[in-house]
Amino acid sequence: MFRYATRRLLGALPTLLILLALAFFLIRVAPGGPFDAERALLPEIEANLRAAYHLDEPLYQQFGRYLWGLLQADFGPSFQYRDFSVTELIMTGFPVSLRLGGSAMALALLFGITAGSIAALRQNTRADYAVMSASMTGISIPNFVMAPLLILVFAVYLGWLPAGGLGDGSPRNMVLPVIALALPQIAYISRLTRGSMIEVLRSNFIRTARAQGLPMRKIVLRHALKPALLPVVSYLGPATAAVITGSVVIEQIFGVPGLGRFFVQGALNRDYTLVMGVVVFYGVLIIAFNLLVDLAYAWLDPKVKYS
Amino acid sequence: MNRNHFVATVLVTISLYGCGAETDQAEPIGGASGQELAEEQVLRWGNGAEPGSLDPHRTQGVPGSNIGRDLFEGLTSEAPDGTVIAGAAESWEISDDGRTYRFFLRPEARWSNGDPVTADDFVYSLRRSLDPATLSNYTFILNPILNAEAVAAGELPTTEVGVRALDTHTLEIQLENTTPYFLGLLTHSASYPVHPPSAEAHGNQYARPGNLVSNGAYRLEEWVVQSHVKLVRNENYWDNGRTTIDEVWYYPTEDQTAELSRFRAGELDLSNAIPKRQVDWIRENLPEELVISPYLGTYYFGFNLTRPPFQDSPELRRALALAVDRDIITGQVTNAGEVPAYGWVPPVQNYAGQQMPEAAWTQEERVAEARRLYALAGYSEENPLRTRILYNTQEDHRRIAVAIASMWKQTLGVEVEILNQEWKVFLDTRQQKIETEIYRSGWIGDYNDAYTFAELFASGSGLNHTGYSSPDYDRLLREASAEGDMKRRAELLQQAERVLVEDLPIMPLYFYVTARLVRPWVGGFTPNIMDHHRSQNFHILKH
Amino acid sequence: MNAAADALQAQEEVAGRSLWVDAWRTLRKNRAAVVSGVVIGVMAVLVTVGPWFSPYSYDFTDWSNLSIGPSLETGHLFGTDTLGRDLFVRTLYGGRISLMVGLAATLVSLLIGISYGAIAGYFGGRLDNLMMRIVDILYAMPFMFFVILLMVFFGRNLFLIFVALGAIIWLDMARIVRGQTLSLKHREFVEAARAQGVGTFAVIRRHIVPNLLGVVAVYVTLTIPQVILMESFLSFLGLGVQEPMTSWGALVKDGSDEMQSSPWLLLFPAVFLATTLFCFNFLGDGMRDALDPKDR
Repeated sequence: MFRYATRRLLGALPTLLILLALAFFLIRVAPGGPFDAERALLPEIEANLRAAYHLDEPLYQQFGRYLWGLLQADFGPSFQYRDFSVTELIMTGFPVSLRLGGSAMALALLFGITAGSIAALRQNTRADYAVMSASMTGISIPNFVMAPLLILVFAVYLGWLPAGGLGDGSPRNMVLPVIALALPQIAYISRLTRGSMIEVLRSNFIRTARAQGLPMRKIVLRHALKPALLPVVSYLGPATAAVITGSVVIEQIFGVPGLGRFFVQGALNRDYTLVMGVVVFYGVLIIAFNLLVDLAYAWLDPKVKYS
Repeated sequence: MNRNHFVATVLVTISLYGCGAETDQAEPIGGASGQELAEEQVLRWGNGAEPGSLDPHRTQGVPGSNIGRDLFEGLTSEAPDGTVIAGAAESWEISDDGRTYRFFLRPEARWSNGDPVTADDFVYSLRRSLDPATLSNYTFILNPILNAEAVAAGELPTTEVGVRALDTHTLEIQLENTTPYFLGLLTHSASYPVHPPSAEAHGNQYARPGNLVSNGAYRLEEWVVQSHVKLVRNENYWDNGRTTIDEVWYYPTEDQTAELSRFRAGELDLSNAIPKRQVDWIRENLPEELVISPYLGTYYFGFNLTRPPFQDSPELRRALALAVDRDIITGQVTNAGEVPAYGWVPPVQNYAGQQMPEAAWTQEERVAEARRLYALAGYSEENPLRTRILYNTQEDHRRIAVAIASMWKQTLGVEVEILNQEWKVFLDTRQQKIETEIYRSGWIGDYNDAYTFAELFASGSGLNHTGYSSPDYDRLLREASAEGDMKRRAELLQQAERVLVEDLPIMPLYFYVTARLVRPWVGGFTPNIMDHHRSQNFHILKH
Repeated sequence: MNAAADALQAQEEVAGRSLWVDAWRTLRKNRAAVVSGVVIGVMAVLVTVGPWFSPYSYDFTDWSNLSIGPSLETGHLFGTDTLGRDLFVRTLYGGRISLMVGLAATLVSLLIGISYGAIAGYFGGRLDNLMMRIVDILYAMPFMFFVILLMVFFGRNLFLIFVALGAIIWLDMARIVRGQTLSLKHREFVEAARAQGVGTFAVIRRHIVPNLLGVVAVYVTLTIPQVILMESFLSFLGLGVQEPMTSWGALVKDGSDEMQSSPWLLLFPAVFLATTLFCFNFLGDGMRDALDPKDR
C-alpha cells in the first residue's frame, strides 16, 4: 500500500500540471481583463500595469514564469489586493476555511453516521421516519435560505450569536456558519449510511452473526459499521468539493474571510493570480484527499486490492 | 510665472465641527442630558466591499476612499456637509488668473510617527501619485496640474510636475488651466500625502499595519483582508483634541441582506446601503435608523448609436425615453426617494440642471407622444421593435430592466430581451458596441461640479459608450473648460446639456440617493451629496 | 447451495423479466413511494398546463398590484412579486425549468457516470488509474470556476445549464459507481461468471450494472434535488436562467431576501420545491427497496 501511495503521489504531478495549464489559459481567454474599469485607463497607464504584472509577455513565457514562482512557493502578487501577495492571502484565508469546512465535515460525519445507523437499525419505525424526514428537509432547503433564516432567528431575534464576520476570532462567530454548511451534508451522509447499513445488515455474514446470538450492539459496531461506511467514504471526495462550493455562499452571507470568498472576488475581478492560487491550492488539497479516501477504502474493504 | 501677484486671498478659519459642538439629534438619547457621551467611543461601519488597497495612490473604488478619509488629510478637507475647508493647509492664496495656488501648511501638523508634515512631503507625494511606476488608477484627478498628464503617461519625468516647495510649510501648485473645482480635487485620495521615508522603505507594502504612517485623525492598527480594517486614534494628529471616536472598524459588506442582518444584530453602527426591495419594511420597522439623502449620481440607459436600430433614429430613442414612467420606477421599483430624471446633470454646485421639455407633461401626454414617434420611426404592432437591454448582474439593475421592458411592451409593444452579464464581461461587451443595443449605466460624480458629468459624452471620452459624437457638444465643453468666469462657464455647460437632452444618446432615469441605516446614538452623521464622511466628526452617545 | 449455483441463479434472474416485475410489485406496496410518484406526476402536469389557465402571463407587470399578498379578488392566487408579476404563474413556470434542468442533467450524468465508473472500476489497473486521474483533474477544478467560465464563454442558455451541471454531477456518479464496482468485481458470482467464460462487457452489463441499480437509484434521487439546488446556486450568483424566465431556485432565492417583508414570495416556491424534492426522495427510496436484488 505504501508503494501504491507513493506512486499515486508521483502520478499526481502531471495531474497538477494539467490542472494548472487549464486554469491558466482558461482565465486568460475569459472576456474582460483585470484592469477593466468603468473609466477606462489611459493606454499608457494600462500598458504600465500590464508590464508590471508581466501580462505583456507571450503566454508561454507567463506560464513558465508562474511555474518557476510556484516551485519557490510564490503564487505571485494579487491584482486586486494590491498590497498583498497571493501566498499571503491564501495563508490568511485557508485557516479560516479549514476551520469552517473541517468543523462542518466533522459535524456532518458525526451526526450523519449516527442518525443514519439509528434509522437503519430501527427501519420503518418512528425514529427512522423522523431521521429521514429531517434529512430530506435538510436536502430540500438551499443553504442560502437556511443561512439567513438562522441569522434571523439566532442573531437578530434571540441575539445569542453574531450575525456575521470573524469578530475577535472566538468560536461563537463560527457556530452559525458551520451549522449552515453542515446541515445538507448531515442529510446526505445519514441517507447514505442508512441505505448501506440496511444492505449490510441483510448480508449473509451479519445474518450468521445474529444467528450465533451475538448482541446487536456488538454486531453493528464490530462488523456492520465498517462495510456500511464504504459509500460514505466514497462520498467524502464529493462532500469535500460540496463543502468547498457551499462555503462560497456561506462565507459570502456570513462575511467570513475564507478562501471561497477570495475565489469569487478574484474570479469576478479577473484577479488572475489569486484565482490561480486558489485553484492550485484546492487542486492539491483535493488530490491529496482523494488519495486518502482511496486508502481508507482499501482499509475498510479488504476485498479491494491495489496492485 | 513667479511674478503672479496674489489678490484673491482666502482665509479659512479652522473647522468648527467636532465633538459635541452641535448635533442634529432632536430627542434625547441617553444619560442625564440625553447628549452625554458613551464611555466606549468605537464606530463600526459597513463599508460595502473590501478595499483593493489602503495606499492612497494605489487604491481604487469607494471602500478604499472611505477608509482613506480617516487615515489621511489632503491640503484641503471637507466639512461634514461636504463643503471644502482647510485641511493640512490652514490657508491658501489663488492668483488672478486662477492658475497658481499657494498653500500654507499647518506648522503643528504631524505624521502618526511624530514627524512634521512638510511641503516637501506633498511635493514627493504628488509626484509619486502621478509616477507611472506607482500604477495609480486615478491620475486623471490631478490632470489640472501643470504637466500632470504628460508625467502620468511617462512622457516627462516626475520632477516636471507643476508642484514645488517654497519653504518648509509653503507649497505652490501650477495649473494648466483655470479649474474652479481644484480645491475639491485636493480632498481626493490621489492628492493625499504619504510619509516619504515609509513609502520609500516599504514600496508596495507601505499600506500595511506597522508600515503605514499617516497624517489623518487615525492610524492603521489591523487589516485582515475580507474581515475588517481597524483604525485607532492618531495621537499626533494636529486636531486630535477635537476627535472623540477612539477606534473605527470597517467591515466589508457586499451582501446587503446580510448587512441588514448584521446591523439589526447590533454589529454595525452604520450600514453602507440597504436592500432596496425591503425599503418599505425598513421604513416601517427601522424608521429612526433609516437616513436617505441625495447622492451625486445619475442612473441612465444608454443607446448604442453606432448600429441600427438606434443609429440615426432620434425619434425612436425619444419614444423609448418617453414611454418610461419614471414615477413608477422611483416610486415603486427603487422606492427609496430617488428623483425622476429628465436631464443629465444632478443638482450640483453653481449649476442649473436642464431637462427634456417633456418633463413638464403628464405621463399620458408623454405616452401619446411616444406612440406617435414610435410610429414615425416606422414601427407598429405588426412590425414591433425587437431590442435588447444589457445590464450587469445585480439585483436592483435587474428589477429596473424588467420594469422598463415591461413598460415598453405595454405601451408600445416593443419586444425586449433582457441580458445580464457579470461586470467585467459587461464592460467588455459595452466597450465593443457590437452586441449592445441598450445598456444600463450610472455615473457618480468624481467631484461636485457639472463638468464631471458633462465630460462623459464628449466624442472619444473613455466613458462614452454610446458612440455619441456631436460637434456642438464638444465645442461647448471645450469652451467651458477654458472659461475663467464661473457664470459664463455654467451657461456653456447648461447649453451642452440642452444639446444632450435634445439628441438623447442616453435616457436618464433618476438621480441617486444614499440610503443607509444609522444608529440613533451615533452623533455627528451629516448626510452630504458626495456621501463623504470622516469618523473624526462622529461621537457615540450614551445609550 | 454453493456459490457457483447461487451466481447462476442470479444470472438467470437478472436476464429474465422477473426482476422488474418483482420490483414493480414491491414498489406498489410502498404507500409513500406510490403517493410520491403520483404527486410528482401531478406536479409535472400542473407546471405544464397550469399556466394556460391563469389570466396572467409570467412576465406581465401589474403596476396597480405590486408586492401584494395572495388574494382572490385580484386574481393573484399566490400574490405578486415586487414587480407586480403573478407569483402563481411564475411558480409554475419556474417548476418547468427546474424539473427540466433536474431531469436532463441527471440523465446526462447517469449515462456518462455509469458507463465511465463501471468500466474504470471493472478493468482496474492502468485504465482505472488513467480514468480516475481524469476525474481527479476535473474534480480539482473548483465547480464555481468551471461554471462561471462556461457561462461567460457561451452566454447563458438552458441547454448550457444542463450540460454544465450534468458535466459536474457525472463525476460523483462515476466515482460512486467505480467504488461499488471495485468491490463487486471480486464477489463470487462475478468471478463465477468470468470463470464460465462470459465476455467482459456482458459481465459488466449483466452482472455489474444491475447490481449497481440500487445504489444508482438512491443516488439519482439525491441527484435530482442536487441539480435543482445547483441551478439555484447559479441563480444566487446571477448566472441562472435569464429574466423574465425563472426557476424555483431563482424564486426561492429572491424570496429568501424578503422573507420578512413579503413571506409569500419565499413560501410558495419553497413549498413547491420542497414537496417535489421530498417526493423524489421517497420515490427513490421505494425504488431502492424494490430493486435491491438481495432483498428477495
